[in-house]
Amino acid sequence: MGTPTPTRTSRPRRRTAPSPLRPPRPRLRSRRGGSPAHPRRSAALTLVTGLALLYSLVPLAWLIINATKSQQSLLTSFGLWFGSDFALFDNIAATLAYDDGVFVRWLLNTVLYVVAGAGGATLLAMLGGYALAKFEFPGRRAVFALVLGAAAVPGTALAVPTFLMFSQMGLTNTPWAVIVPSLISPFGLYLMWVFAAQAVPKELLEAARIDGSGEIRTFFTVALPLLAPGTATVLLFTMVATWNNYFLPLIMIRDPDWFPLTLGLNAWNAQAATIGGEPVFHLVITGSLLTVIPLIAAFLLLQRYWRSGLTAGSLKG
Amino acid sequence: MTSTTTAERPPHRPPKPGRPRHRWTGWGFLAPFMAVFALVFVAPILYSLYLSVYRDQLVGGNSFVGLANYHSALTDPVFWESVSRVTLFLAVQVPLMLFLALLLALALDSGRLYGRDFFRISIFMPYAVPAVVATLMWGFMYGSRFGLVGNANDLLGVTLPDPLSPGLILASIGNIVTWQFVGYNMLILYSALRTVPHNLYEAAEVDGAGQLRVITAIKLPALRGALVIAAIFSVIGSFQLFNEPSILRSLAPNAISSGYTPNLYTYSLAFSGQQQNYAAAVAIIMGLLTMVIAYAVQLFGMRKAA
Repeated sequence: MGTPTPTRTSRPRRRTAPSPLRPPRPRLRSRRGGSPAHPRRSAALTLVTGLALLYSLVPLAWLIINATKSQQSLLTSFGLWFGSDFALFDNIAATLAYDDGVFVRWLLNTVLYVVAGAGGATLLAMLGGYALAKFEFPGRRAVFALVLGAAAVPGTALAVPTFLMFSQMGLTNTPWAVIVPSLISPFGLYLMWVFAAQAVPKELLEAARIDGSGEIRTFFTVALPLLAPGTATVLLFTMVATWNNYFLPLIMIRDPDWFPLTLGLNAWNAQAATIGGEPVFHLVITGSLLTVIPLIAAFLLLQRYWRSGLTAGSLKG
Repeated sequence: MTSTTTAERPPHRPPKPGRPRHRWTGWGFLAPFMAVFALVFVAPILYSLYLSVYRDQLVGGNSFVGLANYHSALTDPVFWESVSRVTLFLAVQVPLMLFLALLLALALDSGRLYGRDFFRISIFMPYAVPAVVATLMWGFMYGSRFGLVGNANDLLGVTLPDPLSPGLILASIGNIVTWQFVGYNMLILYSALRTVPHNLYEAAEVDGAGQLRVITAIKLPALRGALVIAAIFSVIGSFQLFNEPSILRSLAPNAISSGYTPNLYTYSLAFSGQQQNYAAAVAIIMGLLTMVIAYAVQLFGMRKAA
């Protein structure tokens, strides 16, 4: 936060006349670590927390470093430092070209699943959350119980029956089998609900209604802009869920042409274990790096939006 | 959680004379969600219940068997072994991860870190990594051939215990899950802390409260709701453990059986064993078990609030 951290010297001294703009603070016992409301930076705490930072970042560093190695030096060089050759660009080219460029195909599939699945999930959660927060209607409480109960049902417990149903409908092995189940995010609905309850004042909606605006128009012109930070948050989290999804496509998709990146990477990795299969560990590692980059970029670029959404919609029990 | 509903319920208000508010308008906005919800949640659950009371036999075809599948599941040693495995996982990994996340959230919120925003985003970053990539990555690093464990062995001339051996594999999986989710939980807790009104801290300062006192008297109570939610999601996650063990299986086939976790078992039954009816019964038992435990966590967390 941008709040300045006053040191002891910056506090008003006893004899200074209090400025009218800054009322004097009550005198406190001076404390080495600063006070709860005005803490002082601590090198020790930073160092200890730095251990958690290392834990989080070292594997990512490992991924970046090893994406620069050829398969040969991958096996022979030290894991956390660069090998004798720098093969990052060769590796990227090889990843994109391997097996007639199937990686690009998987990337496009993943983008399709994310745009349709996460985009649709966000839209449904936004509409539903707004309804639950701003309308009284029969069955509203039942919906609350039903959806929260559903969030507790293991997604994988649904897998078998969903697969069998979709199989009878002829949807398995098509993009629909991945997109349709991705459209429901109980957590997204809950977050939008809490967020809409706080972010959209009832008076504003009443005013729009009195002015004769229909419900749909009110939603788009009045509520939608106010819901933006919550929407960005839900969109980002459903994006991650869809981009990273493995179990659902694993069950639904047999045809490698419809694989998302996660299934494809695992197939490349498993290839080494099959008889006569070509080990392509360097491609698995480089492909993994390419899979991770878009999401990390999205999180970094959209920080401002999803952070405010998360704080405003933060869960108060 | 329930406070939202009660808080948002408007006072009873007569309909406006000019333009009556339709009681069903809200459903118009909610209908798209509920329609898809019915298709991908309600229908599969019902279908699963139906499947679980039938058995597909080579001779005689599909026949109604009542609760026989449930009985088999409840007396199935493979099933119970997998349940006790995820229970052990849950009992160790979840408290550890949440405690770590709590410490980190408090550290971030204390305002005493240099470079706080860098810490926050960096520790959160693994959440963006797909479980598949995280598992492949850690799997490589665990490897004694060209992984970090192998490097350490060569460098130090020692033989470290193999993280992919049967005795350590569960802890190794726990490490991957912790790595992925500690930052996510930290962020949820940190967001909850940001909503604490600042004047509470000012008041504590005037009262002469120290950092520790502020943590126990103000911050921890403010975090209770978020902690309960985080715990519930972690419980659900542990019981659903699938990705990490299923991907590590290719690296450690001897350490991870096809019934290693309940979900892996269900998957193997349904898709390799063609025992879909039995798989449905196992999945339902696990679903009920998860709900019971999630509910217990919630009750426990909320009772402490009172």
